[in-house]
Amino acid sequence: MKPPPFEYVAPASLEEAVAALAEHGDEAKALAGGQSLVPLLAFRLAAPSVLVDLNGVAGLDHLSEEGDRLVIGALARQRAVERLPGLGRRCPMLAEAVAQVGHVAIRNRGTVGGSLAHADPAAEWPALALALDGECQVVGSRGTRLMPVEDLLVSYFTTTLEPDELITELHLTLPDGRVGSTFVELARRHGDFAIVGVGALLGLASDGSVARSRLALIGVGERAVRARRAEALLEGEQPGDELLDEAAAAVDDAISPTSDLHGSATYRRQVARVLTRRALATARARAEGKEDGPDGQA
Amino acid sequence: MVRREIELRVNGRSLRGSTEPRTTLADFLRDELGLTGTHLGCEHGVCGACTILLDGRSVRSCLLFAVQAQGSELRTVEGLADPDGPLHPIQEAFSEHHGLQCGFCTPGFLMSVCELLADDPDPDEQEIRAYLSGNLCRCTGYQNIVAAVQAAAGKLRETGAGPGG
Amino acid sequence: MGRRLRRKEDRRLLTGAGTYVADLRLPGLLHAAVVRSEVAHGLVTHLDVAAARQADGVVAVLTAADLEGRVGRFPEGARTEISPALVEKVPLEVPSCPMPVLATDRVHWVGQPLAVVVAADRYLAEDALELVEVDYEPLSAVRDPETALDPATPVLHPELGDNLAARFAFSTGDVDAALAAAPFRLRQRFAMGRQAANAMETRGVVASWDPGREELTVWGTNARPHLLRAYLAAMLALPAERVRFIAPDMGGSFGTGVYSEDVLVPFLALHLRRPVRWLEDRRENLTATRHARDQVHDLEAGYDAEGRILALRDRFVVDSGAYNPYAITVSYNAAAHLRGQYRIDAYAFEGRNVLTNKAPVAPVRGAGRPEAVFAMDGMLDLIAAERGLDPVEVRRRNLIPPEAMPYPMGMPYRDGVEIVYDQADFPDQLASALELFGYAEQRARQAAWRAEGRRMGIGVSSYVEGSGYGPHEGAIVRVDQTGHVLVVTGAKSHGQGLETTLAQVCADQLGVHPDRVTVRAGDTALIAYGIGTFASRSAVTAGTAVGLAAQAVRAKVLEVAAGLLEADPADLELADGKVFAQGAPGTGVTLAEVAAACAPGPRSRLPEGAEPGLEAQRYFVPPTVTFASGTHVVAVEVDEDTGFVRLLRYVTVDDCGQMLNPTVVEGQVHGGVAHGIGNGLLEEVVYDGDGQLLTGSYMDYLVPTTAEVPPIQVGHQTFLSDRNPFGIKGVGEGGAVSPPAAIAGAVADALRPLQVDLSELPLHPERLFRRIQEAKARQRGST
Repeated sequence: MKPPPFEYVAPASLEEAVAALAEHGDEAKALAGGQSLVPLLAFRLAAPSVLVDLNGVAGLDHLSEEGDRLVIGALARQRAVERLPGLGRRCPMLAEAVAQVGHVAIRNRGTVGGSLAHADPAAEWPALALALDGECQVVGSRGTRLMPVEDLLVSYFTTTLEPDELITELHLTLPDGRVGSTFVELARRHGDFAIVGVGALLGLASDGSVARSRLALIGVGERAVRARRAEALLEGEQPGDELLDEAAAAVDDAISPTSDLHGSATYRRQVARVLTRRALATARARAEGKEDGPDGQA
Repeated sequence: MVRREIELRVNGRSLRGSTEPRTTLADFLRDELGLTGTHLGCEHGVCGACTILLDGRSVRSCLLFAVQAQGSELRTVEGLADPDGPLHPIQEAFSEHHGLQCGFCTPGFLMSVCELLADDPDPDEQEIRAYLSGNLCRCTGYQNIVAAVQAAAGKLRETGAGPGG
Repeated sequence: MGRRLRRKEDRRLLTGAGTYVADLRLPGLLHAAVVRSEVAHGLVTHLDVAAARQADGVVAVLTAADLEGRVGRFPEGARTEISPALVEKVPLEVPSCPMPVLATDRVHWVGQPLAVVVAADRYLAEDALELVEVDYEPLSAVRDPETALDPATPVLHPELGDNLAARFAFSTGDVDAALAAAPFRLRQRFAMGRQAANAMETRGVVASWDPGREELTVWGTNARPHLLRAYLAAMLALPAERVRFIAPDMGGSFGTGVYSEDVLVPFLALHLRRPVRWLEDRRENLTATRHARDQVHDLEAGYDAEGRILALRDRFVVDSGAYNPYAITVSYNAAAHLRGQYRIDAYAFEGRNVLTNKAPVAPVRGAGRPEAVFAMDGMLDLIAAERGLDPVEVRRRNLIPPEAMPYPMGMPYRDGVEIVYDQADFPDQLASALELFGYAEQRARQAAWRAEGRRMGIGVSSYVEGSGYGPHEGAIVRVDQTGHVLVVTGAKSHGQGLETTLAQVCADQLGVHPDRVTVRAGDTALIAYGIGTFASRSAVTAGTAVGLAAQAVRAKVLEVAAGLLEADPADLELADGKVFAQGAPGTGVTLAEVAAACAPGPRSRLPEGAEPGLEAQRYFVPPTVTFASGTHVVAVEVDEDTGFVRLLRYVTVDDCGQMLNPTVVEGQVHGGVAHGIGNGLLEEVVYDGDGQLLTGSYMDYLVPTTAEVPPIQVGHQTFLSDRNPFGIKGVGEGGAVSPPAAIAGAVADALRPLQVDLSELPLHPERLFRRIQEAKARQRGST
């Protein structure tokens, strides 16, 4: 399973990278972590004439917290995010999701920008971005734009990125206060692609009602989605068990799973409901300080 | 196709080689540098047999192109022990605990364990299993691998040596 | 023997200094890539390799036309070697259907080799593959083994007339009468899906032809070197002595086979007069190598009110794929092992191998036993449920009691010899397994969890395994003039540590440390006859051969030393590489000195009439198989809402007779259990309606990882075999036999009182979830 031949370009700057992509258009593919792209080349499911290696481009792998914003450079390795001190306490959903992306060796190379741009409907990062009000900075030969991730994702392995555009940064909002979150996945084996995954976040007001809710799902159709009707059901209400049941059931509206080897559409709907219910229970418990986050800290 | 010259350090030695862009790092190590200890089990990044350390981090060498390793510091299984010297504590533990049978997946496991014990010198069984779930073995049932890692961790903590991989 | 020695092969494997076939370097080596059929069933209407031949770096492209008259079809060894004794006793039909090396005008499975490209490197060879033009006229693909014999189903090989590849039937006891008379009857279909052997090392062949000496040397990942050599000699019309096959370090095997590439690559070396290498990639491996399982059993049992089985009838079908190179090996195995430890004297079976448009099936770790045990244990669970009895108790009631041993099973084994179980104590084995498992505490835990709404279950499965299959295995033991011992055998390790265990056997006889014994295996030039390592046979057959040869050498050592020391051989001892009078270790001679005394020449100190050299060659011909056995107990937790099964705890108790090295034995059991867990829950080879393979990568074919295999505790029970002088029984496969059955039983137990249909494996989450839903619907419907 050897890759087909390609011309290799290793730009040293963002400008050079964009220029190379602009020059070659559809014939070129950007290489970031390579954990998704290189297997495609090995199976000869993709055969770009030009590979533009972004790993030498300086200034794309930063990670910083600015207030409640987490700024992640597109070339930041997933493992670097995973190992941010205090991430488990700051945002359990993020910590738990990243820890389920493949295995350590994959996360050592795989990048956040790469995952977003690849847009695998079973990938965690698009859902995380949706759940955390993610915006991405996109740079192309026509300039820079800031785009909500909602507008980036289109369908299976398809985004609104033009051939000459690169994601350079992802901005996430990590909410403060009485917030609890989690990311749960059902995968055949540890580290496998999710059959279905759910990111749930609940922020509670001082009276215990839901001030903020986010439900993002993967493995449920052509792209990651937010279950907005389910979120709306929760907002402003006391998060009792029956309400959580209702919200979990309401997720069904937002999803359009299809059938494949690892799960039929019917099964995915069932799992989406079950996982959402469990995720909401955990998010609630954590928001109420009744359950620890993944670091063992409430 | 145009060949490129690359310079890199492998197991502490500076090396130079030439490669085509599409040659994977795994193939480069094996064919160009003659370091056949790194094995190919799937060539699509799942089995972990090709795992090496690149700048201290475990990577699937089948998912990297050799040209990407320009200027990097690589550690392969051949670098864990001198050819006539004593085994590295991790290797020693694998033998003592029968953590290998056919040996094909073993180099990948060893390099992954180097990183595991550098990140976490005292992992419990669950942590070991979670960390190593990216390395497939068909022979051992993993039981003795877990025991070997626990023993190696103990040994390294005792001697104060890092995994050094 | 029997000690937990560290393995001699470890150092080179741990340091990356092992030599697997992909590590071999030959000057001028060329690299092959195989063109494979992309349709499951079709006529090849157009095959044009001209463009591929012109591609960069390509040296040759060969098709079947280039092999015509120069490479024969595969001999059907498994068919022609069916024991005449078996044929006499069991009506057998095994039509001849030899596989071609390269497909000619018709293809029968996706992945079937059609042509081969040889180039300067594999990258270029794969580039050239894309330039080969193939057109097919697709034919309807046969997918379902249960309808493969229907008249309307297309026939794969017209010369056969239908899709039957083998058939046999037999009965012992009056089954019809016993079934009719039985107070209760149950009939159930059990199906186990197709699996892949999946060794971590993919296959590979390197071949080199020396035109001056007219000698062919082949290296390959094959645990049957002498068989390969024989096939090559036959198919390439070469004298056997001019063909040498060497198996280097092997990264697992889990099943043997002779494949097109095994012959193609040597032929290329001959034809091109350059060394050639082919390394399989994982996609090819999952597509074309060693598929297994894929059986459907229609099992009917008659039983009494206590759950004792009075009669059993099994009609089963094995989906053999497009060819059946293994004849009745797997299918007859299933029939022979179905009853396992249970006393069922009225038993009738009919087995069929049928042909479908899938990859050919080979014996893979377990080789028919897991499928049969799954059906048998599944039936016992159904009986227990029907009678309202504890499934463990029902098993207990059906076990053959120790006082009945040795127990004739009323049918021949595949070697034609009547199956008579050795000494064994199955009830004690069950009791030990339950005790090791902490059965009472685990039941208490189950009850406590149930109160919390959690579904924990416990499952039990047992098996008997005929091990140490013949016809023979040989060993040469030779002491050199440094006192070092060389052992040569036709067996071949692929992870089971024969370099260490056979050294242990030899070391015992010769009074040396195993460090002074070197084992060389898997080279046809070193020993005249060999069978190979598969079917849990090497500890028994090679172990015994080594022991016998070493005993013979020992006798000669004592005789020669007696001459040197002017003593009586009966008064001498062998220890630490020295021969000395009993009680006087300081005196005496070294093994090296004895070896020197045996050298030919005028200064030889050999006894009158003795042959020069300190060496013996022995072949062990086992009288029949020897029966190992085991009992497995597993605890699982089932998530009813998703169908996920989590394994909590796994315990085995095995009787493998005299262990060569308990650590190696336990490792074999661990690995077997992990394999069985894969078979039961994760692994499945899936074809779509057109016969296209959907599981051609590790994304889709799922082998267990560290996270899916629980801690495994192994206990031992020891009944020495009486079928070889050392009491050895085989253990390589046992671990893989019971897990699917035990897991299914545990899942059933977890979901009780809901009666879930668990008759189809693997139990992947969606399948289990649906079965649970169906069971709930049935429950609702009946209330």
